[in-house]
Amino acid sequence: MVKWTDFERATIQNIFSKINYDVVGPAALSRCLIVYPWTQRYFGGFGNLYNAAAITSNPKVAAHGKVVLAGLEKAVKNMDDIKTTYKELSVLHSEKLQVDPDNFNLLADCLTIVLAGQMGAAFTPEVHAAFQKFLAVVVASLRKQYL
Amino acid sequence: MTHLTAKDKETVKTFWAKISSNGAAIGADALSRMLVVYPQTKTYFSHWKDLSPGSAPVKKHGATVMSGVADAVAKIDDLTAGLLSLSELHAFTLRVDPSNFKILSHNILVVLAIMFPTDFTPEVHVAMDKFLAAVARALSEKYR
Repeated sequence: MVKWTDFERATIQNIFSKINYDVVGPAALSRCLIVYPWTQRYFGGFGNLYNAAAITSNPKVAAHGKVVLAGLEKAVKNMDDIKTTYKELSVLHSEKLQVDPDNFNLLADCLTIVLAGQMGAAFTPEVHAAFQKFLAVVVASLRKQYL
Repeated sequence: MTHLTAKDKETVKTFWAKISSNGAAIGADALSRMLVVYPQTKTYFSHWKDLSPGSAPVKKHGATVMSGVADAVAKIDDLTAGLLSLSELHAFTLRVDPSNFKILSHNILVVLAIMFPTDFTPEVHVAMDKFLAAVARALSEKYR
C-alpha cells in the first residue's frame, strides 16, 4: 500500500479541488497528441487530427480529455487504494483499448506541464514531487492488469 | 528518432531569443526540481554540500547547464560536431547514464511552462522537446 505524507495528501487534494477539469483535461490530451503524435494511433475515430490547431479545436479530443480527468478524480478520491479502484480501468486499457502502457507516462508528462503552466510559481519542487508520485501510482495501477 | 525540421529549428531559435536572458534562472529551477522530484539523480552530486532547491552549487550548475543549451541553440545545424567536447566530457569523465538527459529535459520543459505559460504553446513544446532530445543524443554520441 502506498504511504502518503500529510503534505502529499493535502497537495493532491488541493490541486484537484482548484483545477478546472474542463480546461486541464482537454489541454493535457491535446498537448499529448501534438507533442507525441504517435499517440494518435488510439484515436482513429476522432476525425481531424491533422495539425496542432485541428487537435486543439477538436471537440472529441476535448470531450475525451474530460473523461480522462474524471478518471483521475477517482484516484484522488481513493488515494489509499488506487490499485483496486483502477482494476477495471486497467483491464479496459489492456484488453479492450490495447494501449501500450508506456503511453501513460507521455500523457502524465503532458498533464504535469499543463498543470505547471496553470499553477506557475505555486508549482514548487515539493508540490511537483507530490504530483509526480501521485501520477506514478496512477500509472502503476493502470499497468497492473496487463498480461 | 529525432530529426529537426527547418520549422523546428526556427521555432526553437525564436523561442530561445525570447527566454535566453532567463537562462540561469531556468537552469537553477530545473536542476532544483529534478533533484527533488527524481531523487535518484542526486547520486551524481554527492560531492556537493547542499542539494536543496536554490542552493549555491545548484544555482551555479543550473547556469552551467543552460549555457550549454544556449551553445546548442547556436549550433543547432550540427549538434554532433558542435557538442563534441561536451559529449566527450559526459562520456568519459561524468559518465551520466543517458536516461537522465530525458529526466532533466522534462524538468526544463516544466520550468518553461511555469515561466512562459502563454509562449510555451503545444507547438513550441514539441519543438523544444525534439531539440532537447537531439541535444541528448549528441551528448551520448561518444559513450560507446
